[in-house]
Amino acid sequence: MATTLAKAADGADTTEYAARIEHVSKSFAGPAGPQLVLDDITLDVAPGEFVTLLGASGCGKSTLLNLVAGLDKPSAGSITTNGRPALMFQEHALFPWLTAGKNIELALRLRGVPKAERRERTEGLLELVRLKGAYGKRVHELSGGMRQRVALARALAQDSQILLMDEPFAALDAITRDVLHDELTRIWRETGLSVLFVTHNVREAVRLAQRVVLLSSRPGRIAREWTVDIPQPRRIEDAPVAELSIEITEELRGEIRRHGQH
Amino acid sequence: MASTETKSDAAVKENDGLGGLEAGLDALESSVAGRSSFGTTFRQKILPPLVAFVVVLAAWQALITFKIVDDPTKLPSPSAVWGEVENAWLQGTLLDYIWTSVSRGLLGFLFALVIGTPLGLVVARVKFVRAAIGPILSGLQSLPSVAWVPPAVIWLGLNNSMMYAVILLGAVPSIANGLVSGVDQVPPLFLRAGRTMGATGLRGTWHIVMPAALPGYLAGLKQGWAFSWRSLMAAEIIASSPDLGVGLGQLLENGRNASSMPMVFLAIFLILFVGIAIDLLIFSPVERRVLRSRGLLVKG
Repeated sequence: MATTLAKAADGADTTEYAARIEHVSKSFAGPAGPQLVLDDITLDVAPGEFVTLLGASGCGKSTLLNLVAGLDKPSAGSITTNGRPALMFQEHALFPWLTAGKNIELALRLRGVPKAERRERTEGLLELVRLKGAYGKRVHELSGGMRQRVALARALAQDSQILLMDEPFAALDAITRDVLHDELTRIWRETGLSVLFVTHNVREAVRLAQRVVLLSSRPGRIAREWTVDIPQPRRIEDAPVAELSIEITEELRGEIRRHGQH
Repeated sequence: MASTETKSDAAVKENDGLGGLEAGLDALESSVAGRSSFGTTFRQKILPPLVAFVVVLAAWQALITFKIVDDPTKLPSPSAVWGEVENAWLQGTLLDYIWTSVSRGLLGFLFALVIGTPLGLVVARVKFVRAAIGPILSGLQSLPSVAWVPPAVIWLGLNNSMMYAVILLGAVPSIANGLVSGVDQVPPLFLRAGRTMGATGLRGTWHIVMPAALPGYLAGLKQGWAFSWRSLMAAEIIASSPDLGVGLGQLLENGRNASSMPMVFLAIFLILFVGIAIDLLIFSPVERRVLRSRGLLVKG
């Protein structure tokens, strides 16, 4: 893919994966002894690839994302990423004591970008998420969609190889979410980032991804994978998106049903 | 990805449409909050306390006029107290009284700030220290600081150091506790977001924890000032000595010794006035600014 090659030409990226998850298990201490949340997950995300992790509640998808982000350690197995991943949450997690622009600048500052360059880069990132002129805006002055776009710009400011997204659009209204899907697809294609996107929304998963990975619940295991060949830009209403969504939903419901029978 | 061709015209057009769509959504969903006019501010914020002040003054005057309390050694008239104010002003001692106490109070408060802030941070962030001294620190808040005056006099003698020691013992726990509760209330999400951005350890404390804890910290400072002022007045009333200069506490004590009720009232009003003025002039504006910039100040 052209965008990926651009990144590889920098010479920094010589690995064939942006994130490699090998035989990862995770258990937490529960009331009845240790509880297995993730069981033997193996998954590679290629450079420039867009992968969605799909699953019902309790499949440990957010746990897996935390492990990849390095916020927690796996009980078994290993996770390798090419540099520190950037992470976006369902809540925007912007710091309310800083303006939109300063939030982005903080990310640049923390990774050592010299002061003289920060302002210009921040303006560039704001332009990328189409928020030119929002530099001095306070977080509470922005709408939900704008906040998530600033959060996206801040994540991009980390200049990571891989962007981890934990249901970032789940709290938005349908119209805004739809627009942000288009936006994310555009930015992903422009930047050549790898994206690992967690959601429980099947259509969203199909709308965005090149590859959809279905996790079973309690413990989370990889149940099935689909490659999505529908050309971008897609729309969530497109017939092929709907068709594949129905197939995946059936499978997901099957997984959920298994928990009702003992 | 199946289609890796360069962007088609259709895609470009779609993106232009997307930009416009987004601009429309942004405009629809952003609210514009204006600041209220002076008239509204006056009616809602300034008028009520003014009315309350006038009512109290009128009731006081009524007690005198209708001879409900007919003993000037128990309750002086408002005009007698005002005469005392004029007297002190004409003698040039009024501002001296105030300045002696205010300078002590503020300097003591600054010391308390310098000690209380790192102490609070360590208690909030280091589990062992918290378990060790956290309960004592919150317990100290309920100990009236006047209890520290006798030991402070014995340890340090009748001098300014003794005053500062009493202020510190009163204010440091409040400031430290305020910071501890501020840090406790920092949403874990901010800490996680900070960690993924590389803000760990001291950098995390400086860039994330301290600014996030600022509202709680400010509340602690406000309370710390109130405690500083109270402790100082207790110290000044109990431990008066000619070498120390006359502050408001001593003025009150002098009034009692001279059986001059107007002077006692004058001292009480000045103590109250300074406490309110410092809060209104320093702490409230800072607190309001911080809360407003974070969208935490609800109008209504």
